[in-house]
Parts: sequence; structure tokens; C-alpha cells
Amino acid sequence: MFEIVSRRELASNIVEMKVNAPRIASSALPGQFLIVRTDPFGERIPLTICDYDPKNGTVTIVTQTVGHSSHKINDLQVGDKFDDVAGPLGRPSDLLDLPEEELKKKKILFVAGGVGTAPVYPQVKWLKEHGVTADVIIGAKTKDIFTYVNEMKTVGNVYLCTDDGSEGFHGMVPALIKDLIDNQGKTYDHCVIIGPMIMMKFASLTTKEYGIPTMVSLNALMVDGTGMCGACRVTVDGQTRFTCVEGPEFDGHKVDFDEAMRRQNMYRNNPKIKSETDNCKCNG
Amino acid sequence: MANRIPRVPVREQDPAVRATNFEEVCYGYNSEEAQLEASRCLNCRNPRCVGSCPVHIDIPGFIRQMVDGNYAEASTIISADSSLPSVCGRVCPQETQCEGSCVLGIKGEPVAIGKLERFVGDWAIDHADELPRPEIKRNGKRVAIVGSGPAGLACASDLARAGYDVTIFEALHAVGGVLVYGIPEFRLPKERIVAKEVEAVKRLGVKVETDVIIGRTMTVDDLLDKEGFDAVFVGSGAGLPRFMGIEGENLNGVFSANEFLTRANLMHAYDSHYDTPIYTGHKAVVVGGGNVAMDAVRTARRLGAESVIVYRRSEAELPARVEEVHHAKEEGIEFKMLTNPVKILSDDKGWVKGIECVEMELGEPDESGRRSPIVKEGSNFTIDCDVVIMALGTSPNPLIKSTTKGLDTTRRGCIVADEEGRTTRKGVFAGGDAVTGAATVILAMGAGRKAAKAIQEYLSE
Ligand SMILES: Cc1cc2nc3c(=O)[nH]c(=O)nc-3n(C[C@H](O)[C@H](O)[C@H](O)COP(=O)(O)OP(=O)(O)OC[C@H]3O[C@@H](n4cnc5c(N)ncnc54)[C@H](O)[C@@H]3O)c2cc1C
Ligand code: SF4
Ligand code: FES
Repeated sequence: MFEIVSRRELASNIVEMKVNAPRIASSALPGQFLIVRTDPFGERIPLTICDYDPKNGTVTIVTQTVGHSSHKINDLQVGDKFDDVAGPLGRPSDLLDLPEEELKKKKILFVAGGVGTAPVYPQVKWLKEHGVTADVIIGAKTKDIFTYVNEMKTVGNVYLCTDDGSEGFHGMVPALIKDLIDNQGKTYDHCVIIGPMIMMKFASLTTKEYGIPTMVSLNALMVDGTGMCGACRVTVDGQTRFTCVEGPEFDGHKVDFDEAMRRQNMYRNNPKIKSETDNCKCNG
Repeated sequence: MANRIPRVPVREQDPAVRATNFEEVCYGYNSEEAQLEASRCLNCRNPRCVGSCPVHIDIPGFIRQMVDGNYAEASTIISADSSLPSVCGRVCPQETQCEGSCVLGIKGEPVAIGKLERFVGDWAIDHADELPRPEIKRNGKRVAIVGSGPAGLACASDLARAGYDVTIFEALHAVGGVLVYGIPEFRLPKERIVAKEVEAVKRLGVKVETDVIIGRTMTVDDLLDKEGFDAVFVGSGAGLPRFMGIEGENLNGVFSANEFLTRANLMHAYDSHYDTPIYTGHKAVVVGGGNVAMDAVRTARRLGAESVIVYRRSEAELPARVEEVHHAKEEGIEFKMLTNPVKILSDDKGWVKGIECVEMELGEPDESGRRSPIVKEGSNFTIDCDVVIMALGTSPNPLIKSTTKGLDTTRRGCIVADEEGRTTRKGVFAGGDAVTGAATVILAMGAGRKAAKAIQEYLSE
């Protein structure tokens, strides 16, 4: 049993929890995810690890309420327990493989959209700890739904944008990427995008125009998360890959986003299917 | 003469009824039926059945005890060689093992060894409290077991009996491996049988930690170097599903059998009290001919879909247990033999709307001795369907190999181990599907027990 030791609402329907899971806390690395199950009747729900604290034995998850299962997660309070928390799953971010020297020279841009902000945080924080300060674009529809902005400011250079212009740059993420490069003299040689599939698709198209190598973190449907079922398969560069073991991060210029979006919605709003579900990384 | 009695038929659920529920198909023998069937055994001096049992259970020995109703004795005799009789009695391919060699089978029907074994196993579960508890002298040495399938459970149970301090680490939230995520309830009841077998292992003092993925949460090296284990047994199975690589395989409505069965079994998606969804559509085509294919097609049938098996060889080559094929047919499953898919067809929204197949014919025998199927050119035809389930076999997951120093695998990803389960890494043993590739419960169990012996030798060196 995995006890919730802290809980706060970051915005309406977006909840951050610290969960006691010492084994995961001491083995997690940026870019990885875990799987939770609230109770014996629950689905196995993948969530990106948003922070980890080996000293206190906790991991941080951020969940947006979209359907039945994420609702169940967000209903839990401090002192409540998850039946299961398994992880860390997936491969850590590619940035972790770079030699320190090479890493220090990198100009890195992170692009976070919606509830994808928290999952970006551990990577930016890790870079900061390794002497690299990255630029971070955080996009939202409107200013009320920004999350993790203050945390992010402590570890990276934050640029905000809103669709309605209520805060920061007025426009969507791809427009701000262009603005930074075309008008503010920025150059980048690596980009990581995490957010809703549609945002990752269009932001990747933009970075492709500029020839910036780009990784995206895919929030595919999953069951086991260990490579056993293939529910999470996506097409990257014409090849079928299992997101849970070969991902979750893939080359954003090679992912078949249209297929990924279609597969992600397989069980959603499908009258032919018994239960409403939201099994796909709820924070991706 | 005893052998004049015909094989005692076993009671089963009516096919029309069971095709709509997940209750066990076969009721098994009652005590009277079991004794009568047991009386058919000739107690051969050179029993052919024993030679064909992968773990050499003393078959005439336990059957002899059953004739007089000495079930506790029968159970003790079986336990000397098998730790999962109520499971194996249900899922072993008896027709190619013990029963396939039974001398009575030459002229008539072989002794129903599987059904008798099942009876004894179930009896032992029901009478667990009355059976003598083994005295265990703890020796303080610690062994970690990776994976809680039949291989891991058998290895753990033998080591615990011998006094070792054993912990099983399982990646999933439930214990039992394929027994809980793959084989369906209607063939192997989870609460009544599997959970009881697991409890029996725990009663021996074996600790079980679920939600631990070795290679991620901790590595095999961590277990030996940091967690203080003296040896590790890897029984991680062969869970990685294969696909055909044909067009349309990533359409909505195409699943691996592992996904489909995991949703149904491990996640109980067939029961509306559980949150996990499952999609069967109106018509499901299952590609493959093994036990996995039969389990998937019969699960789809029970969930209300018209269901079809598509297999590229002929019925004689179906690798599934004969009983499963027979049951599937009774339940109204259509069998399309000598048929191979070439393409899955999409509707305008990216969902499956049909599967294009070709007819096959059998050519010359290949290395395996089976006649290999050849495409009949120009025989393409389409089966309309909205779900396609791929049951093409599985291979071992590369995670443990890629995170463990000095652990060799074959080209096909199987861990290299000798007959006793010793791998290329000192202190690390392996067995079951992780070593052989997808095989059977009895072989996995047997491999777990052999490795338990080798581990004891290693730790007393
Ligand atoms: C649908 C289906 C039907 C079958 N029907 C039959 C049948 O009728 N008769 C028969 O004899 N055989 C049958 N089999 C085959 C049989 O189930 C297997 O051969 C047997 O279960 C193998 O046992 P095992 O212990 O090696 O592995 P498994 O049963 O596969 O168990 C391996 C366990 O290890 C866990 N694991 C894997 N990796 C890790 C890791 N890194 N860390 C921690 N845990 C890990 C897995 O989650 C799993 O629980 C069937 C298989 C399937 C899939
Ligand atoms: S071969 Fe058949 S008759 Fe002979 S001992 Fe075995 S089960 Fe009995
Ligand atoms: S979630 Fe099952 S293989 Fe990835």
C-alpha cells in the first residue's frame, strides 16, 4: 500500500500528490513514469513521475481529472492509500546519456502544454543540477490553468504563452517557439515537448522547420506498462514501437501522431464499449 | 476386468449456457467417479505414463491410493514431483504426455490421469488444514525469485521447505504469472484454485512483493549486492507478444491476445464492477492455433462476439490442447483452417472492418517435422469483422538481460541456462518460459524445482 503524504490542487481538476513509494523514489530518473491502481476494481493508470525524493521516499504525480479513473485518483486525500504504485517504467530521458561536457554545451528548449508542465519539471531540474539552464515554454488556454510555473522558474528560464493573451505571449506554443528564434535571437540544438498529443504534433512540426532535434513524451494507452500487451504501440519512423518499454520519449519528427491520437481515443466516447475510461497518461 | 469399464465421463457445463458466462467449463469428478476411474488403471509394472510425464509423477502410485479413497496419501505422492496438481490437472496437454502413452489408450480410452490429478489437487486445497505441516528449519540464507508464475512459485516453495528465506518479486499487482493474466477463469478459477496455490506457498513463509519490476525498480545486481540476497532465480516468463508485421495491425480494434486476455483476466474487464474496458465488437477474428488463441476466441465469444479462429495449417497441426479445441467447437467457434491473413482493412475512422486472407496448402515437412503451409496464389478473400486478435506466440522480455551484467541470452532472447538452471552469471539461476520460450506450466514448474536443487547445492558449497 502506498500512502498519500501530501496533496494540493494546482488548478481546477489538476491535483498534485506526493506518494510514499521508497523503492521508486530511489530508482526514478527524469522522463520515466509509473502505474497506479487506486483499488481492486481500478484500472492500471500510467502517470509521469513529476518529482522524486529518495531521502523521504516519495514520488510526485500530477493528475488531471478527465474520466472515471482519474476522478478516483484525484478524490483520494492525504492518508489514503493506492493499492498499487509500480515503477519507474520506461526509459529515462536521452539527455541523461550525454557526457557532461557535451551536455554543458547544449542549448535546450522545453515545451510544456496543459498538464504536461509538471512532467517537464524533473528534467529541467536535473539539467540545472548538472549546470545547464534550459529555456521552458509553458502554454495554456488561459492564465487560470497554469500549473508549476513558480517551481519551474526556480530551475529554468520560463516563457509563458496563452491562447487568449491573458498572460505572457499571446498565441499558441508554435508561435512562441518561432518568436523566440526569429525575434529574440535564440538558438536551440535540442527540444523536449510534453503535453497533449495535438500540441506535441504541431510543436514538433515547428521545430522540424528549424531543424531542432526533438523528443516528445507519448501518453499512449497502457495496460501492464512492462512490454507484455502491446496496447501502447505507436508507429515511429514506420516501425511499431512499444511506448512503455522503448519510450515514452520518441523522436517527435518521426512519430505518427495521427495514428497515436486515434489509438489513444479507442475507449473514449465509444458507445460500443462498456466503461468510460481515461487510461492514457493522465498528465501527458 | 478393470479395464472393461469405459472411461468415466466428466460432467461439464452445457455449451450453450457456458458460452455466455465465465464459470468453469469442466466440473471435474466427484469422489465416487474418481474412485471408479482410478480403478481402471492397470498399475503397470513399467508404466509408460510416468515416462511421458515431464516431471515423472508416480502416476500408478497415486492412482492406486485413490481407488481406496486415500486422497491424502495420493496427494503426498503427487507433491513429491509436482507443486501445482490442481493447476496442471486442468491445463496440461495430457493427450501428448501421460494419457497419450497410457497402455489402455492403445485399444481404448486412456485413464483420465489429468482429471484424477485435478481431483487430488482440489481435495488437498479443500483439506489444507488437515494435512501435516512440514517442519521447517530456517538456515538464514536468502534467495530472491523474479516472477510469480509456475516456475517462480515452484522454486520458492521448494527452497522455503528446505529452510531458505525466500522473497518473490512480481512486476504486476497480482501473483501467478500466466495463471492469473493469461489463462481464463472458465479454464482455471482464480480465487478457488490459483489464489489457494499461492496461499499454500506463502504459508511456507515465502514473502511476496508485488509492483516490483526487476530491471527498473531494482536490478538483479541490486538484489545480490545491496539487498543481501545470496542467490537469484529468474522466472520472468515469455511475455512479449509478437505481431505479424502486416498492413493495418495498428488499427483500432487490433489487439495482441496478451492484451485482450490481460484485460479480461487480470483486470476483470468482463465484470461490470471493474473499471478496465474491453472491446469485442460484433465479430472477432483470432489469428493462431495454440492455447492462447483458443483462450482469446472463447473469451471473445463469452463477451458476445461471433468468433472465428484463423490458422495457417490444418486442424491436425493445431498446437492447442485437444480438449480446448473440442470445447471451442461446442461453444460455436468457427474454425477457418489453412488460412493466413495478409492485411487488415480499415473503415474511414481507422477502425477494423475486415481481414484479408489467403488460402494455404500443406507442402513438404519442415525442420520441426510439420508440413509447412504454402500460399495458394490468387486465393485472397475477406472476412468482415470489427476485432482482430493476434495470438502468434510470445518471446522473453529483454528487460532483465539488458540490466544484468554477465547474463547471456540466445539469439531469440531466451536466457542461457543449463539443465539445472545455472545461467552464465554466478549466483543467478533461471527457468521456465524465460529460458525455453513460451512452453507449458508443467515444464516451467519442473524447471523451477530443478533450479531450487541447484541453488541449494550452490549455497552449501
Ligand atoms: C493464454 C495462455 C494460455 C496458456 N495455456 C496453457 C495450457 O493450457 N497449458 C500449459 O501447460 N501451458 C499453457 N500456457 C503456457 C504457460 O502458462 C506458461 O508456459 C507458464 O506459465 C510459464 O511459467 P513461467 O513461470 O515461466 O512464466 P509466467 O507464468 O509467464 O510468469 C512470469 C511472471 O514474471 C513476471 N515478470 C516478468 N518480468 C519481470 C520483472 N522484470 N520483474 C518482476 N517480475 C517479472 C511476470 O509479470 C509474470 O507474472 C498458456 C499461456 C498463455 C499466455
Ligand atoms: S500407463 Fe495407464 S494403465 Fe498403466 S499405470 Fe499409467 S495410467 Fe495406469
Ligand atoms: S502497456 Fe502493455 S506493452 Fe506497453
